[in-house]
Amino acid sequence: MGEEKLPTEKDTRNSKNAGKVLQEELLREATGGHPPHVSRMRRIIRALAIPVLAIFTALVIGGIFIVLTTPEFYAAWKVSPIEGLKEGWNILVTAYSALFTGAIGDPQKMIAALQSGNPLAIRKAFYPFFESLVASTPYIFGGLSVALGFRAGLFNIGAEGQIFIGAIFAAFVGYAVKGLPGIIHMPLAFLAGAVGGGIWGMIPGWLKARTGAHEVINTIMMNYIAFRLSDWLLTGLMKRPDSPNPVSPTIENSAKFFRFFGEPIRFHLGFFVALFVAWLVYWFLFKTRWGFDLRTVGSNPRAARYAGMSVSAMIILAMTLAGALAGMAGGNEVLGLNYNLAMAFSSGYGFDSIALALLGNSHPLGVVLAALLFGFLRNGATSMQLKAGIPIDIISIFQALVLVFIATPAIIRTIYRLKAPAEGEGGIMVTGWGGN
Amino acid sequence: MATTTLRREMEYVAPTRQRVMGGIFVAAGLIIWWFFSRAVEPDAVTKFGMTSGGLKSTMPDLVIPTQLTLNILAIACVALGIYQLARPQGFGRRTNLVLGLVAAMFVLAFLTWAAAGKSLNLAGLFNSTLSKAVPLTLGALSGILCERAGVINIAIEGMMLMGAMTGALVGSITGSLWIGLLAAVLSGLVLGLVHGVLAIKYKTNQIISGTAINIFATGLTSYVSARFMQSYQELNNPGTFGPWEIPGLSSIPFFGPILFNNNVFVYSMFIFLFLIQFGLFYTRWGLRHRAVGEHPRAADTLGINVFRTRYIAVFLGSMMAGFAGGYFTLGAVGRFDEVMTAGRGFISLAAMLFGNYMPFGAFGAGLLFGFTDALATRLAILGVRIPSQFLLMTPYIVTMVVLAGVVGRAQVPAADGVPYEKEGG
Repeated sequence: MGEEKLPTEKDTRNSKNAGKVLQEELLREATGGHPPHVSRMRRIIRALAIPVLAIFTALVIGGIFIVLTTPEFYAAWKVSPIEGLKEGWNILVTAYSALFTGAIGDPQKMIAALQSGNPLAIRKAFYPFFESLVASTPYIFGGLSVALGFRAGLFNIGAEGQIFIGAIFAAFVGYAVKGLPGIIHMPLAFLAGAVGGGIWGMIPGWLKARTGAHEVINTIMMNYIAFRLSDWLLTGLMKRPDSPNPVSPTIENSAKFFRFFGEPIRFHLGFFVALFVAWLVYWFLFKTRWGFDLRTVGSNPRAARYAGMSVSAMIILAMTLAGALAGMAGGNEVLGLNYNLAMAFSSGYGFDSIALALLGNSHPLGVVLAALLFGFLRNGATSMQLKAGIPIDIISIFQALVLVFIATPAIIRTIYRLKAPAEGEGGIMVTGWGGN
Repeated sequence: MATTTLRREMEYVAPTRQRVMGGIFVAAGLIIWWFFSRAVEPDAVTKFGMTSGGLKSTMPDLVIPTQLTLNILAIACVALGIYQLARPQGFGRRTNLVLGLVAAMFVLAFLTWAAAGKSLNLAGLFNSTLSKAVPLTLGALSGILCERAGVINIAIEGMMLMGAMTGALVGSITGSLWIGLLAAVLSGLVLGLVHGVLAIKYKTNQIISGTAINIFATGLTSYVSARFMQSYQELNNPGTFGPWEIPGLSSIPFFGPILFNNNVFVYSMFIFLFLIQFGLFYTRWGLRHRAVGEHPRAADTLGINVFRTRYIAVFLGSMMAGFAGGYFTLGAVGRFDEVMTAGRGFISLAAMLFGNYMPFGAFGAGLLFGFTDALATRLAILGVRIPSQFLLMTPYIVTMVVLAGVVGRAQVPAADGVPYEKEGG
C-alpha cells in the first residue's frame, strides 16, 4: 500500500522530455481534453446523452421491477396475458403518477387552490414541490463533497460520517450558544457544521498524504466511528434531559434557518445557501490557482509533480474541503429542518451523493441538477409509498442502476447503439487500494 | 520501485519503532498497576465462569485473587517492555507477537479488574466472541478470494444482506434450512456475477461497482422486506440451524463446549479457513490465483487465463459472502430485518486488511473484532463506566492504525483493483 503513481525524484531528473510532457498534460487539462473543433452544442448533447439515457433506463427497469413485485399483476396474468399487460400498465401508471404528484404536486389541485385564493390551500397545493427542493438541499452539499473529491482523484465514501459530525457540531453551537443575534448565530452554527465535517474529512486526507493509506477504507472506518460517536453523544453528553429518546436539545430560534412560507411548507434558506456554495465550488475549482492545482493532481498526479505542485497538500486540502461540504449538509438538516439532532437523521444522503456526483459528472452545475433530480425522486417516492404501497426503498434500486450505467457507459451505448467517442472518456480514475 | 524505497525507509525507522513499542509495553504495565490494581480491594476475588450458561459443566468456576493477578500481569508487561528497550534490537521480528501478548494480558487485566468482587462468565464471553467472529471471518474470506486475484470487493456488505434476505425468504417458503442456505449462497453469486462482469469485462471502477451493489442490495432487501416479509410473517420464519455436538471433543474442559457444540456455520468457517489457506498457498490453483492478483501481465504470458481466473475468484468470493449473509438469518436470528448486517460487511473488509490478506490472519482479526463486540454488551452488566460505543469503535480505529503502517503494513496484492487489458487485443 502507499505507493502513488508518481515518479520518484530520480525518474523526474532522468526524463529528458519532462518539459514537453508537462506542456502537453497542462494543455490537455486546460482545454478539458476536447479537441477544439467540436462545436459547443454537440459537446453539450454528447455530455447529456449518457446521463439522460441512464436515468431513463433506470426508470424503465425500476418500473418493470415494480410490476413484477405486485401480486395483482400475476392474478391478472392468469386470466389472460393481455389482461396482465393491462394490469401491469395500470400499476405502472399508478406508481409513477404518485411519484410525479408527490414530487411536483397535483396540477389540478394547484389550479383549484390558485382560483380559490385561500393562502393555506395554495401552500398545501404547492407543498410537494417545495418539499422536493428541501430534500434536494442536502444532496447538493453531499454531491459537491463527493464531486470535489473526484476532481482531486479521491473517493470520498465518507460523506455520511462527515454529515453526522457536521450535524453534531452545528446542533451543539445551535443549542449551547445563547443570546446571539440570528445574523451571527445562524452562520456560526452552519460554519461549525462545516468545520466538524472538515475535521472528519481531513483525517483520512492527512493519512493518505502522509502514509498512503487508501482513503476509501479510511473514510468507511470514519463513517462508523462517527455513528458510534454520535450514538454516544446522544445518549450522554448531548441528550435532552427531559426526553427518554436519544435526541439533542432543540436549537435556539436565532440559529434556525429562515423559512420563506408559512406552514406546512418547510422551504428554507438552506437551498439558496447550497446554490451559493455550489457556485463557490465552481469558482474555486475552475477560476483559482488552487482549484487548478487540485484538478491537476486529480487528473494527472505525474504532471502535477512535474509542475512542482505539492500533491500531499492538495490531497489534504481536497479531503478537508470535501468533508466541510458534507458537514454543511449535516448543518443544513439540523438548522433548516429538524432543529435538533437525532440518530439516523441522515438516512443515506452520503451514499446517494456518490451516485449523484457521478451523474453530475463531478461538475457543480451537474451536481445541482442531479441533486434536484434525486430530491424530487426521494420526495416523490415517499408519496408513492403512501398512495401506491411501493416501498420507498425502490429509489435505492433506481440510484444503484443509475450509478452502474453512468460508471459503465458501454452498457448504455450497447442498448441504444450509440457510437463510442473518438477518444477515451475522462471517466473516473481507476485506482487500487495502493493508489497505483 | 516505490516499494523498495518504502522498505528501506521502514528499516531506517525501525529502531524508533522498537523504542516506541517498548514504551507501549511499559505503559500497559503501568496502566494496569495504576488504574486497575490500585483501585481494587486487597482481598477482593474475581470469579470467572468457565462454562457457558445452559450447558453441562466441564470445568469448575475459576476464582482468583484480583490484586495479585493484576500485579503479576503488570510486572510481566513492564518486564517485556524493559527487555525491548534494553536490547538494541528488542524482540526483533517477534515484536508484533509480543505486542499481541501484551494486548492479551492487558485485556485479561481489564476483565479481572472489571469483574472484581463479581463474576464474569468467561466461557460465555468466548462463545459469543466466536459466534460474532463467524460472519466477519466469512466476509473477510470473501474479500481475500476476490482481492488476492486483483478484484476489489467492497460489496461484501451488500452480498451479505442479499444472502440474509434470500436465505430467510427461500428457507421459509420451502421449509428447508438447507435450501434456504443454498439460495443465500446463490443470491450472493448473482451479485458477484454483476460485479464480475462490470469489473472484469467492462472495466468499471471497482469501488463504484461495489458501491452500486451495496446500494442496490440495501434497496432490494428492504423493498422485499417491506412489501412482503413484514406483512406475511410466514415468509419470514425460516428457523435456525441448531448446534451439533461433536461427541467426545465437546467434553474437553473449557474449550470443548465453545468449539465443538456449534451450528453448521461455525464448522464450515473452520473448514473454509483450512481449505482456502491450503488452496491459496499450496496448490497450483492458488499460485495462479495469486499471480493474477500480483502481476496479471506475467501470468498471461505464462498462459494463465487472467479473465477466467478473476471471474472464478469473484464468483467464489461472492458465494462466500452470500453464505456469510445466511448466517444472520439461518444461523443466528431466524428472521430477516432491514439492514440487519449493520455494517458487518465493512468490518469484514477491515478484518481482511488487518489480517494482511491471510485467511488465519483474518480469522484472528475476526476474533478480535468479535471480542470487542461481545465485551461491549457485557460492560454495562459489569457496571464498568466505559461507554460501550468506544469499545465498538476499536475495530475501525485499529484498522486505520494498521493501514497507516504503525504496526506493520498490509501487503496488498499489487494489481488489486486494476482492470486487466490484454495487450494488442
